[in-house]
Amino acid sequence: MDRNQIVQPENIVCKKPTLMNDNNMHYCPGCSHGVVHKLIAEVIEEMGMEDKTVGVSPVGCAVFAYNYIDIDWQEAAHGRAPALATGIKRTWPDRLVFTYQGDGDLACIGTCETIHALNRGENIVIIFVNNAIYGMTGGQMAPTTLIGQKTSTCPYGRDPEIHGYPLKMADIAAQLEGTCYVTRQSVESVASINKAKKALRKAFEASMAGKGSSLVEFVSTCNSGWKLSPAKANEWMKENMFPFYPKGDLKDTTNK
Amino acid sequence: MAKMKGAIEVNTERCKGCSLCIVACPQKVIALANKVNLHGYPYVEAVNEEACVGCASCGIVCPDGCITVYRKKVEE
Amino acid sequence: MEKEVVLMKGNEAIAHAAIRCGCDGYFGYPITPQSEVIETLAELKPWETTGMQVVQAESELASIYMVYGAAGAGKRAMTSSSSPGIALMQEGITYMAGAEVPGVFVNVQRGGPGLGTIQPSQGDYFQATRGGGNGDYKVIVLAPSSVQEMADFVDLAFELAFKYRNPAMILSDGVIGQMMEKVVLPPFKPRRTDEEVIKECPWASTGKPKNRERVVITSLELKPEIMEQRNLALQEKYRKIQENEVRFEQQQMDDAEYAIVAFGSAARIAEKSVEIAREQGIKVGLFRPITLFPFPEKQIAELSKKVKGILVAEINAGQMVQDVRLAANGAVPVEQFGRLGGIVPDPEEIVEALKKLIK
Repeated sequence: MDRNQIVQPENIVCKKPTLMNDNNMHYCPGCSHGVVHKLIAEVIEEMGMEDKTVGVSPVGCAVFAYNYIDIDWQEAAHGRAPALATGIKRTWPDRLVFTYQGDGDLACIGTCETIHALNRGENIVIIFVNNAIYGMTGGQMAPTTLIGQKTSTCPYGRDPEIHGYPLKMADIAAQLEGTCYVTRQSVESVASINKAKKALRKAFEASMAGKGSSLVEFVSTCNSGWKLSPAKANEWMKENMFPFYPKGDLKDTTNK
Repeated sequence: MAKMKGAIEVNTERCKGCSLCIVACPQKVIALANKVNLHGYPYVEAVNEEACVGCASCGIVCPDGCITVYRKKVEE
Repeated sequence: MEKEVVLMKGNEAIAHAAIRCGCDGYFGYPITPQSEVIETLAELKPWETTGMQVVQAESELASIYMVYGAAGAGKRAMTSSSSPGIALMQEGITYMAGAEVPGVFVNVQRGGPGLGTIQPSQGDYFQATRGGGNGDYKVIVLAPSSVQEMADFVDLAFELAFKYRNPAMILSDGVIGQMMEKVVLPPFKPRRTDEEVIKECPWASTGKPKNRERVVITSLELKPEIMEQRNLALQEKYRKIQENEVRFEQQQMDDAEYAIVAFGSAARIAEKSVEIAREQGIKVGLFRPITLFPFPEKQIAELSKKVKGILVAEINAGQMVQDVRLAANGAVPVEQFGRLGGIVPDPEEIVEALKKLIK
């Protein structure tokens, strides 16, 4: 069969989401951020919320998230995204409001804002990309860095005697009365991406239904920071991250 | 018997050559080209497109949304 | 229409005025001596009447960023705090200045440094007028000297903030915040509808319709050439504010040989000092800057050509005196009198300082 007969608009089964613009993303090759961005764009589009969504981007690798998804954005200071989202959602209750935060932003400098926004049950979604390292600043230890994991500020491996322990934010979030949905997902395979997309949609819908806060954690890779190829980073994540940050729903009261 | 035939189009200027699509493709359709784009990245191309079934795995895992996947049912 | 005259604290007046001027959201954290602002709002429950949201945040830092979020989405949002809390907010304020977010915040000052005291002070003048956070920026600063002005300046602060897309501050202190006084409450102004906000604030992140570019509220720009242009545009805006928005008041300046320059609660005390000094035959008048940025520099420059000396009375170790000296530019002697640590000066102390200047 002639290739031209296949390459026709009606035969498209997968393409860059319409809501994602043509700006080249600054992320390193193979970075998980890109897939998560795609999922956000697809879900907003599928929900028909393009003109009613406000995203809040963090400080960290995703600081420029606002350059890639064609919705209105606010750029927060490091860690403060959930406070901005609170201000937006409280004064625009019919808007879909989400934050997009990394582990340093959400689990370190912004722990206070994150926990309290979740605990107040703000009708927002907090998207948490956990790659266990500070990517933007060049690979320093994160609050979620695993025991033994090497970074530029724990070059001999994270030692709890010196550095303390990795923080499981989703586990904390699940304990809070204000959250309706807390889940841990990943985007390394077709199956996990499909699952993650469903989780994201559930969270977005719960926020619009006024059911409370959701935290969607994406256990992710940082192949540059981990000094691995993208494919090997995925393998490392499966072997090392998943046992400590097990995937699945930690809390779901969205049906109640 | 009906059979799925697929094809892919790669936005080579957007591609960063991360190769996650190569790993994801069950039909071994994709490989890195021996060329680089304007950004200096080697990019991927379909080297064995006859085998493509349009499963879209490559497009789904691509972090940069570089791959458009087509699928058509073909009667044989 | 009959005027609504009531007796209340300055802090309470802020709360009433916020509801009446169509404020969409108050976000705050309790701190003495201004907790009555959020307490009054909680009691008045405006979310049931005007729809104004009131949120007790987890910190001053969160409060100012809730203001950032709401104001960045075009809504009238405000917070209030006292000196240590305002210090904590500085990060958010410089981000708002950089991203041109028109939030309003009230500082009911107390003595410092550090945890300091809960008694009144004007020790945050530098912080208020020099920016306070990182980078080259200015905040519009209004200094009320009565409970009436506490009420009136809330709407004015919002008007100026939105006119210039710039954070605006009401710089008060524990005296004005805690003092009870007669006040005429402003008339009710409805909150703007969502449609009005979208129309009036095309720069705000309200959700992107198909027919416009996406809005990004941000202070970040990595390209120095563009960042310099953004900075220059900010400076141009501050120049316009300086040109158009100076506010001040003068008392008994017509025949004055000397001037006392004072703002806020210090100006109230200085009013009495002028009265005492005049009884003793000293021809002195009072010049009260109402806007601290923009500072009435031209007016003080003119004043310095007419009088023999200027005394700056303030409740700090000498802060506004620097701006007065810059404006006077050596034309006349400029001295300062201040008390610290939460001590409010007596009118007589100021008169004594004036006499020293005259000698």
